[in-house]
Amino acid sequence: MSNIPPELRYAKSHEWIRDEGDGTATVGITDHAQEKLGDLVFVELPEPGTQFTQGVECAVVESVKAASDIYSPVGGEVVAVNEELNDAPETVNDDPFGGGWIFKIKMSDSAQLAALLDADDYAQLLASEDH
Amino acid sequence: MSLIFEQTMPGRRAIAQAPLVREQLSGIPDALLRRRPAKLPEVSEMQAVRHYTRLSRKNFSIDTEFYPLGSCTMKYNPRGCNSLAMLPEFIARHPEAPISHSQGFMACMYELQEILREVTGMRAVSLSPAAGAQGEFAGVAMIRAYHDSRNDTGRNEILVPDAAHGTNPASAVMCGYRIREIPTGAEGDVDVEAMKAVLGPHTAGIMLTNPSTVGVFDRGIEVIAELVHDAGGLLYYDGANLNAILGKVRPGDMGFDVIHMNLHKTFSTPHGGGGPGAGPVGVSERLIPFLPIPMVAKNGDEYHWLSEADCPHSIGRLTAFAGNAGVLLRAYVYARMLGREGMRRVAEYSTLNANYMLKRMMESGFDAAFPNRRATHEFIITLRHQAKTLGVNTMDFAKRLLDYGFHAPTTYFPLLVPECLLIEPTETEDKATLDAFIGAMNQIQSEAENDPEVVKRAPHKLPVKRLDDVRAARDLDLAWVWPADS
Amino acid sequence: MPFIPHTESEIKEMLDAIGVDGIEDLFDEIPKHLRCGDLQVVPPALTEMDIARLMAARARQDGQPCCFIGAGAYDHHIPAAVWQIATRGEFYSAYTPYQAEASQGTLQLLYEFQSMMTALTAMDVSNASLYDGGSALAEAVLMAVRANRKSKSNRILVPRSLHPAYRRVVRNITHNQGVELVELPFDPQGGHTDLGALEPYSGQDIAALVIPQPNFFGVLEEASELCNWARDNGALSIAVVNPVAMSVLAPPGEWGEQGVDICCGEGQPLGAPLSSGGPYFGFLCCRKSLVRQMPGRIIGRTLDSEGSLGFTLTLQAREQHIRRSKATSNICTNQGLMVTAATIFLALLGSEGLSRVAAACHRNTDQLTGLLCRLPGVSPVFGRPFFHERVLTLPINVKDALRALAAHNILGGFDLSSDYPELGNALLVCATEKRTPEEMNAYVEKLERIISLQGGAPCQLKPEGW
Repeated sequence: MSNIPPELRYAKSHEWIRDEGDGTATVGITDHAQEKLGDLVFVELPEPGTQFTQGVECAVVESVKAASDIYSPVGGEVVAVNEELNDAPETVNDDPFGGGWIFKIKMSDSAQLAALLDADDYAQLLASEDH
Repeated sequence: MSLIFEQTMPGRRAIAQAPLVREQLSGIPDALLRRRPAKLPEVSEMQAVRHYTRLSRKNFSIDTEFYPLGSCTMKYNPRGCNSLAMLPEFIARHPEAPISHSQGFMACMYELQEILREVTGMRAVSLSPAAGAQGEFAGVAMIRAYHDSRNDTGRNEILVPDAAHGTNPASAVMCGYRIREIPTGAEGDVDVEAMKAVLGPHTAGIMLTNPSTVGVFDRGIEVIAELVHDAGGLLYYDGANLNAILGKVRPGDMGFDVIHMNLHKTFSTPHGGGGPGAGPVGVSERLIPFLPIPMVAKNGDEYHWLSEADCPHSIGRLTAFAGNAGVLLRAYVYARMLGREGMRRVAEYSTLNANYMLKRMMESGFDAAFPNRRATHEFIITLRHQAKTLGVNTMDFAKRLLDYGFHAPTTYFPLLVPECLLIEPTETEDKATLDAFIGAMNQIQSEAENDPEVVKRAPHKLPVKRLDDVRAARDLDLAWVWPADS
Repeated sequence: MPFIPHTESEIKEMLDAIGVDGIEDLFDEIPKHLRCGDLQVVPPALTEMDIARLMAARARQDGQPCCFIGAGAYDHHIPAAVWQIATRGEFYSAYTPYQAEASQGTLQLLYEFQSMMTALTAMDVSNASLYDGGSALAEAVLMAVRANRKSKSNRILVPRSLHPAYRRVVRNITHNQGVELVELPFDPQGGHTDLGALEPYSGQDIAALVIPQPNFFGVLEEASELCNWARDNGALSIAVVNPVAMSVLAPPGEWGEQGVDICCGEGQPLGAPLSSGGPYFGFLCCRKSLVRQMPGRIIGRTLDSEGSLGFTLTLQAREQHIRRSKATSNICTNQGLMVTAATIFLALLGSEGLSRVAAACHRNTDQLTGLLCRLPGVSPVFGRPFFHERVLTLPINVKDALRALAAHNILGGFDLSSDYPELGNALLVCATEKRTPEEMNAYVEKLERIISLQGGAPCQLKPEGW
């Protein structure tokens, strides 16, 4: 069973998002997602300053045999990206909810956050996907 | 084995292969000249010959091993095709040579166009696309050109089954289309109801392989053709699996409007370690004006080229000259040696071999992905249970097969069947070889049950052990760096 | 049965094992009315001996004229070892090296090829080939549009001095994706792309600039200036080069302040026979930072589970079999065997041998065109430095002159009149290292006679059998 921190919000496409309380939020992919993908070899980060609407493709994570799009769980402007992943994409595998964060976004509408899955919903989603 | 660069001895070279004197480069200013020589290997002729001959021995190939790679049609490449395509006059012919010095070559091309037209049931053929994927591009570009020519510009979607080759969606996107994916039904046919749901005024066409990539003949093909045509779309045939039906059923008769062929599959030109191939396209009447150029036409007894001026609506040329002409010559020789009856036998004996293997493997306890269906020229085995219960997956089986002297079948394709092996024996293999392969699979199964580590750590007998793909992608080492520079 | 090994008894055993009466039963899922008839158009089978006789006769029909045509395909000497090794079954009849452990021969060779191409072009990385020079440029253009994140446009500046067939191929392959190709005029005196031609685009949003070296006329461009212009204007630079020329000309990786971003070209001069235009191979090199936007297969060196060096396909997540509709390209099969030949060719010639080939071609073309320009009314069209190919103007219709020369088994060059009507009676001539003084003299003599016979009037000569 993969780790699902209770304090985070989740998208059905397996991103997590953490409200930083200052109008920004941090985004990464879940433990479940990194496990499905296997050893990551590359993370294509968004350009800081880019505007995304909710649910659009904004980054790509690549393993040897797969490439998967990351969809922005909320709309807003990218304010920071995790440059360390350029040299160490494996951090996403090792520490998906910590050092493996992908980008920070200044939310255009924080109400979008509340509409995302909470940890229980996400656990249920994973359970249903198992079948 | 060391790299050719590591065998370098400064000042050494193959003397007899280059001009004896070094001419001055007159008239070129220094600023445009190279300052330091390119650092290429410095070896003798024999060193180079020995190095590359030794390297060749580290390859599996059809000439040395059974190579049942599904979807790739690894059949024997007759040697006669190679030597006749390499006759001195053919290999010396410049692509811009005048037709006065090209009639022999052009006769072969014209006749190949005619043969391919006949065996596919299409109205006209262009030989120019350089490989299957370029043939796909050409085919979809023609579909687009057709709709555009009718000012029917709202059609911006191409339908592609979820089991399709990756080239299909990639080619359609290169032509500016959006992809709508269609699911495959439980018995391996396209899910017609799901297709109906996405079919409409936005549909430019559908790309299908029949037999499909899951190794069965799509029984709904006529219904699909009618529905797509009624919706105003066109049908594209991916010829990757043409070997299964050659001389038996023609894509043109199934209702397809455009088809590409992989001559490096069905017409037995060599794969050459990754190419070159050739991907001629055939079309129905309404797409003839859009065929890619150049093509060969005949006027009385004289052959001539059709180019831009003759075909104003053509999608144009896709390589600078006439595509992979040398590959086309090989395919022509092969087609002439097969002859009329030989075409049909390709489908018959590739299908016999595949069904025989499928039956024997099912008897041995392997799970067929579609056990109720006839195999075509290929079939799918799923090792889902082995992966779950023994912890030995498809990749492990594949690597262990190499130890037994068999190239592995295609693994993990199509994506919709978990832990799958796509097995295509082709018609040129004899029963003893098929039996030996099945014997090896049985042996590996018993190893997986009794000593799984030996399978999971395979291969053991090859020049290298299992390679670290993750390291290769993370720490990119894509070119040799000379020690002095590093 | 040709190429089918089955004996009657084996067929029976196999059918029995399957549990059917005949092979026909195996096709019972295919509707009967879809089955085709006899394929009347396909002739009956020939034996190897019979087809050999036919092919030999057809080859003789084409003959082996003396070739002074270049125009993107060059008649170089190919060492005997190249194709003897390349057609060994282990290279010739292997598939794409998907099972790396069983393909170390092909994979190591391709890694060596990539290393040779980066050395020749002075670029960081190379792929393992595309179809040909024209389609490689089309892929380079699409790659540049993807890679240039600063540019919002799909505009590519393409010099008119670029090979006309390449310009068409690029348009045909890219126009459905909305790429806009803008043609840059060439300088009528020099035959090169003057910086002045770029002036109207300074400060505009341009995705990339294409820089041919040498260009289609054989003229050398001021490549460094063009490369710098691209960088100063936020455009990526794409070099299109002749790989033999790279042994003597400044390589794209060293052009201008920082070198070009992408370099591509036609690999045919490296060991591929003329063979009616193919198979050849396209090569594509780039800066390391752009490698994930590169189309085509790439080989990497890595370690096996016991720590030994080995080779494998890498960065496959860019490719169609994984990335599907979002792949960098639809390319799958490439031109592997041609690259095998090129690698052996480059190992045999080395840098010294290759530069001798380059210099010998240049000398021959220089001498031949010098002699031709002594004929009345023949003169060079452009005044700038050239490499191994040159444009001449003739006092008579070029088509007629070429037809008359062909009657003497001389292919006198490439007629520029349809692609460049503004140049008048212009002929593109190339004499590679294979052309002998006798062959060149014969060309000069025949052309002299043709000019004097025609005196500028329309051609009356017809070659035999025309």
